[in-house]
Amino acid sequence: MPSFVIAEKCDGCKGGDKTVCEYICPNDLMVLEPNSMKAYNQEPDQCWECFSCVKICPTQAIEVRGYSDFVPLGSSIMPMMGTEDVMWTCKFRNGTLKRFKFPIRTTDEGTANAYLDLKGKDLDSSLLSTEEADGFELPKPQTV
Amino acid sequence: MALPNKPLGERKAVRDPEVEEREVDILIVGGGMAACGTAFEIKKWMSEGQTVLLCDKAAMERSGAVAQGLSAINTYIGDNSPEDYVRMVRNDLMGIVREDLIFDLGCHVDDSVHLFEEWGLPIWKKTEEGKTLDGKKGQKLGTLKSGAAPVRTGKWQIMINGESYKRVVAEAAKLALGDDNILERCFIVELLTDANNPGQIAGAVGFSVRENKVYIIKCKTMMIACGGAVNIYQPRSVGEGKGRAWYPVWNAGSTYTMALRAGAELSMMENRFTPARFKDGYGPVGAWFLLFKAKALNGLGENFAGSDAAKAELEKYAPYGTAAITPTCLRNHLMLFEMKEGRGPIMMDTVSALAELGKTMDKKELKHLESEAWEDFLDMTCGQANLWCAQNCEPEKKNSEVMPTEPYLLGSHSGCCGIWTSGPDFDWVPDSYKIRHNGKVYNRMTTIAGLFTSGDGVSGSGHKFSSGSHAEGRMVAKEMAKFVRDNADFTPTIKETKEELVDMIYKPVRTYLDNVEYTTAADINPNYIKPNGMMYRMMKATHEYGAGTATYYMTTSKNLEVVLDLLETMRADCEKLAAGDLHELMRAWEIYHRLYTVEAHLRHIQYRKETRYPGFYYQADHPGQDDENWFCFTNSSYDKATNEWSLKKVDYVKIIPDA
Repeated sequence: MPSFVIAEKCDGCKGGDKTVCEYICPNDLMVLEPNSMKAYNQEPDQCWECFSCVKICPTQAIEVRGYSDFVPLGSSIMPMMGTEDVMWTCKFRNGTLKRFKFPIRTTDEGTANAYLDLKGKDLDSSLLSTEEADGFELPKPQTV
Repeated sequence: MALPNKPLGERKAVRDPEVEEREVDILIVGGGMAACGTAFEIKKWMSEGQTVLLCDKAAMERSGAVAQGLSAINTYIGDNSPEDYVRMVRNDLMGIVREDLIFDLGCHVDDSVHLFEEWGLPIWKKTEEGKTLDGKKGQKLGTLKSGAAPVRTGKWQIMINGESYKRVVAEAAKLALGDDNILERCFIVELLTDANNPGQIAGAVGFSVRENKVYIIKCKTMMIACGGAVNIYQPRSVGEGKGRAWYPVWNAGSTYTMALRAGAELSMMENRFTPARFKDGYGPVGAWFLLFKAKALNGLGENFAGSDAAKAELEKYAPYGTAAITPTCLRNHLMLFEMKEGRGPIMMDTVSALAELGKTMDKKELKHLESEAWEDFLDMTCGQANLWCAQNCEPEKKNSEVMPTEPYLLGSHSGCCGIWTSGPDFDWVPDSYKIRHNGKVYNRMTTIAGLFTSGDGVSGSGHKFSSGSHAEGRMVAKEMAKFVRDNADFTPTIKETKEELVDMIYKPVRTYLDNVEYTTAADINPNYIKPNGMMYRMMKATHEYGAGTATYYMTTSKNLEVVLDLLETMRADCEKLAAGDLHELMRAWEIYHRLYTVEAHLRHIQYRKETRYPGFYYQADHPGQDDENWFCFTNSSYDKATNEWSLKKVDYVKIIPDA
């Protein structure tokens, strides 16, 4: 289900510090064409349909259409990312519409605790830093 | 219109790239769950003045197998014991696993899951009344670490709202490591051993897929964790749909090939995974089987897996086949049997399952159940949700077909191929499982000193999944810190010159530039082959001869000879790979990595003269299992100077008793 870019909606992220679909695509598929300042999917048959570009696009210019080799025409699924939830709109070929909302994270973006001040003590033990801090005791197996 | 003998991509490759040379103590190659674990942990164990660098082919926020998200964490020990975890993995993988590695992982995996929850990953909770709350509502019950109950599907899996799983994990990893120590869009393609000791790692080379630049990075120690191998066989969808691989399509076997070419021993490379998934969309079936209690039916509407014939078939593979949980390969085996006997297609009976669950539910609960079923896809396989929409398929009204996929290689799930590594340095770990450098054992170190791996890279220990890969990456971080401390006076020395390395990395670019103007269309030129063409050539050969879907995963000794011969020629022809732009240069190196990996896979199948994993592959000349001769690991190594492969048996040691 390759992603496609709606020409009218894409502005190449010209107001931002990077073209975000190009930044995010795990398979290096999304590229900016510098003359038109618009992005496109350069290798649709290597698209994993992960929706990373769809979810990150600030102008909702990217959608996906089903793989031409097995998906009937006429359906679409579209995510709308919030800070805590994602809202999906699923449109069936026969017109049926379904909407779903799911949580995506319970903390504010950028606040994941990286334990920057935590320093491990015993490098020769097998305990991970947070396990050591918690006083975790490593189990020993019941062996043969 | 101009003649099409120009590069297609936006970033044209040039003959002479810029070269950036770096030297760090610790190099992390990869950016997925395992590497994020290493990135989170490493600085907590490094000393003042030590340096670290992480290179990711993509952007960590959405790289690796969890890029799209996940709807479950498949390894959370919780109230279970690590011993039982070993027993489960051992049975699923037909007996031959590294019990030391699995037990060790089982001791640490929950700590990573607790961190994920702290960082903001929503984890479903179960109320005292047995009701299910999603990860947001469930917060009021507290965290897993504080004792709240997760929602178990199977014994080991817990449900999450995991759309942003990788973003959350990568955020902590990047914060912990620091942006200055991360190179994104840097594809490491070859490892370098030390000029004074070919058995020790000294660095790696790669290139930027954003600018014409080659990186030469020296290091004292390194971890490679670049996932498994995808699209090494012709996929069932051969048009646009070949991107819809079950495992991430960008996993190119780089982990295995780079280790192999550096001289490290691989192990159990014959193992593969051909998961049965919803047909074409490859949506997950786990929640349908475990959470919704659905049954798979054959074309006659029979629950074939519960039949007397199936039981009799499974008894042939006792004790694995007769265990309470049937091994994944044998579940495939039963399915393939139905298909071959003309009793297909195999259908997931979603209609009956939801009707049965609905009997005890009110309207609101039913609506919630429907939402859970869709979330399972939307969190991790969006395309399957779209396929259902396109087919007008509502699972309460219409059943969906299930089909085993093309083969994948990986060190997790029901797969256990990878690199042979050291176990931990405990007295209960057999000496034959320990790898030393200067007399000291380093957990998860490969047979090349200073070179570590984790996640899909570690052989013999499947079922680690996202959480286990992260925990293992953290374990390796500590071992690398130890290695650097213990080898402070080691100065990595690279024998290849800068020019030799650039020549190697940019060879496809030069081949392209030297020849492209000879013909009027860039893709057809007798002097080179494009990566795309080589990919199809490899897929055709493995598909037809190497136990691909073409033959219901069956191969023969003669077929293996044929395919290995074809692969040798392909590897030779890789000397003429051509790339006109940086994206194509990435594809050139990926196909190179895939070729070595799949050759290792087939050489292992050829060496192991039995069929250890019926349902994943069959060796027609050696059907069934031969415990007397083959209840052992198989390890391989490759000498890049002589192009010689060698294989050997390594003893299996049982550590954990049967229950």
